[in-house]
Amino acid sequence: MPTAYPLPTNVSPATVANTASLLRIVAFGLISAAAIASRLFAVINFESIIHEFDPWFNYRATRVLAAKGFYEFWNWFDPTAWYPLGRVVGGTIYPGLMATSGVIYNFLHYFNLPVDIRNICVLLAPGFSALTAWATYMFTAELKDPSAGLLAAAFIGIVPGYISRSVAGSYDNEAIAIFLLMFTFYCWIKALKLGSAFFGTLAAVFYFYMVAAWGGYAFITNMIPVHALVLLLMGRFSGRLYVAYSSWFRFVGFQPVRTSEHMGALGVFGLLQIVAFASLVRSHVSSKQFQNLLAISVVTMGVLGAGAFVVMTYKGWIAPWTGRFYSLWDTGYAKKYIPIIASVSEHQPTAWPSFFMDLQMLIFLFPAGVVMCFRDLRDEHVFVIIYAVVASYFAGVMVRLMLTLTPVVCVSAAVAFSTLLDTYIDPTEPEATTTEAPTAAPTTTTTTATATPDSKKIKKAVAAAQAGNSASSIASSTFNDIVSATTRKGKSSKSKGIWGADARLAVLLNAIGMLAFFVFHCTWVTSNAYSSPSVVLASTNSDGSQHIIDDYREAYYWLRQNTPQDAVVMSWWDYGYQIAGMADRPTLVDNNTWNNTHIATVGKAMSSPEEIAYPILRKHDVDYVLIIFGGLLGYSGDDINKFLWMVRIAQGVWPDEIQEPNYFTPTGEYRVDDRASDAMKNSLMYKMSYYRFAELYGNQNAVDRVRNQAIPKVGPTLDYLDEAFTSENWIVRIYQVRKEDPLGRDLKSANAFEQGKKKKRSKPVSKRRVIVN
Amino acid sequence: MARKTSAASTDPAPRNDAISALFRAYSSNTSDRLKFIDAFLVFLILSGVIQFAYCVLVTNFPFNAFLAGFSSNVGQFVLTASLRSQVNPENKTEFKEVSPERAFADFVLGSIVLHFFVYNFLG
Repeated sequence: MPTAYPLPTNVSPATVANTASLLRIVAFGLISAAAIASRLFAVINFESIIHEFDPWFNYRATRVLAAKGFYEFWNWFDPTAWYPLGRVVGGTIYPGLMATSGVIYNFLHYFNLPVDIRNICVLLAPGFSALTAWATYMFTAELKDPSAGLLAAAFIGIVPGYISRSVAGSYDNEAIAIFLLMFTFYCWIKALKLGSAFFGTLAAVFYFYMVAAWGGYAFITNMIPVHALVLLLMGRFSGRLYVAYSSWFRFVGFQPVRTSEHMGALGVFGLLQIVAFASLVRSHVSSKQFQNLLAISVVTMGVLGAGAFVVMTYKGWIAPWTGRFYSLWDTGYAKKYIPIIASVSEHQPTAWPSFFMDLQMLIFLFPAGVVMCFRDLRDEHVFVIIYAVVASYFAGVMVRLMLTLTPVVCVSAAVAFSTLLDTYIDPTEPEATTTEAPTAAPTTTTTTATATPDSKKIKKAVAAAQAGNSASSIASSTFNDIVSATTRKGKSSKSKGIWGADARLAVLLNAIGMLAFFVFHCTWVTSNAYSSPSVVLASTNSDGSQHIIDDYREAYYWLRQNTPQDAVVMSWWDYGYQIAGMADRPTLVDNNTWNNTHIATVGKAMSSPEEIAYPILRKHDVDYVLIIFGGLLGYSGDDINKFLWMVRIAQGVWPDEIQEPNYFTPTGEYRVDDRASDAMKNSLMYKMSYYRFAELYGNQNAVDRVRNQAIPKVGPTLDYLDEAFTSENWIVRIYQVRKEDPLGRDLKSANAFEQGKKKKRSKPVSKRRVIVN
Repeated sequence: MARKTSAASTDPAPRNDAISALFRAYSSNTSDRLKFIDAFLVFLILSGVIQFAYCVLVTNFPFNAFLAGFSSNVGQFVLTASLRSQVNPENKTEFKEVSPERAFADFVLGSIVLHFFVYNFLG
């Protein structure tokens, strides 16, 4: 057989196998190192701290776990959160993340490696990303071969779509959840392939771990039944499917049996039992009539079961979908009925550029990989196809769910890419005998035709060329099939392939260039977009040096050191976890938004005039009010920009007291300058944000640098609050709530009296009148 | 279970015939081991039906206890049914890599894990 390049012939198969496994181990070590190293930008640039909002709670809970042990943690009632109500922490969280880091903490301390719990929390996500790469390798190796697995592991090690949720310091549930997701899927595929109850049990155990770790477990709960159902409908039922599904399902039975999310799993389970019994009976009796009877009864029972499910949902025995899940199907639902879900920026639909930004060339290879799964349709390929379709839809609906799409993109892109490499590295040349020369000629032209435009396109659009390349290899092969089938009547079907090293080289160099660009893109995106701690803001001076803005911690530590231990702080719910974590003070609301009315109370206090807000504050024992103001620095994520959501959420509960249109100008604009509406100017939030802001500029015009509007010269006055602390760059402002006036006046008139303003003449007049009487 | 009624509900005429044929084929073609497993399956079904009837007729008050008991029945049933299909010589082609001994070990492991969770859930 002719080869395109010489191969060594005197190598024993054992040597080849050993070298291959050594290379695999080395490659795997490098992939893990790259996955961990690319997540450390934030730690090296800034410091080893927890980022964002949610991780602060996870960190706080983990500290409790590490200090007091698991039982204390499990029964932990936190009286400082949701101030008057308190929060039962043990029953309202997913404890998997905290338990994992608690186990690692105890493990390291057992070996006399006293690592601080904070560092374990910070570095947990990079560690687990290496495990994710391994799980993806195993999963892809089941689909195709270990070389595709290595590619997939390398992809998911550095792809920004996953890094964005797992940089060092982002101590969130997703950090371990993606690993569990991939490993559960791997066990499921393996169980399905072998029909082994062992892997089914393993899948169930990891599924249980996933349930304990992330709310996204419902994705697995529904993915696996859908896969099983599709296999059933395709007529691919087998004993293996029965064994794998049943041994996995036992655990889902313990899940809340009354929610709609789990009903799919239950229904498929029932259906599978019926089908299994039917096929068992069929194996004993081989009468045609009996088979028909069975088929009919299976169908009727399926319909009956579905009907019963619908009836039970309507009667209320099964809780319907929760709002968060429902908003995935009806995308307008959240905005209309539950503003608090729509107010989170992660719950918005995804734009096209973010697909490219997060996945670069993988997004082009992804469809090609799915098409390749169709060509070689084994049971596990069906799974990948379903996963791809479902996850693409969800990622299109919600930015946050890009995370679940990323693994399948990596897997199927790796399948496509490694098919390409397999085709073009394979040294065997097609046999071109003299009799088949006429057929060989057109095939060569098609192959070179696909190869040459690719090399031209390199400079123009590398990514597009790559996608076209793998697609065109399929296209050319099918085209050749058709050509040979029609013209030569299948006589020359073996003369497909690539001749010569130049065609191979052109494509391979192209492919390697693609991979290199992918690495540069990933590194660039990671270092620029996803590695900022958000607790610390960084800006660059004109000479290129870095200027750190540390107002958050300045203010939180002021609260921690200068206020009594039990002083209640009110802020918008975004900052609840950070205040509890860094300032260690009770908060009114926090990021766990379980009580909408309580949040609406805070929204109402923020958006009402002082006289109305003050009784609310006093009723809730609020001592300090904390707001974020970015007008001086141009920090756009401040409370004035979030203000409309506060109004909307408050309006949902008190529609006759708070109305959104009141906060706009008559022309419908949202302004903070002279033309702002009265409701806006009198609201507590506006007054707190711009209190003394105009003085800062002396005689010049005070300009809000976020809104780019001039603030009125005479700033708002506060009668019921005192300014207690304002951070260096005015980002965090803390106000103290005044106590009631000792003389029983309302605070507005008391304040006016103190500033020396004359009261109206009415009082002396009345006194005189009393004397007269 | 509704197995026999479901098979015959659509057409009552050949019912006796079909069921007796099924029964005859079953008793003659099935090995003793599989019959033993089947007996266990029937016992599990009966136990599950009794628990369910109790729950419906009397009370479902400690709901998690009912759920634990009932799911342990269902779980054990499907595990045993899995074992049955794995050790069935007719399915040899499907489960190439699972020997009967391996299947039994898997069954034991699965049952232990199942009972661990059931016992925990009973609480």
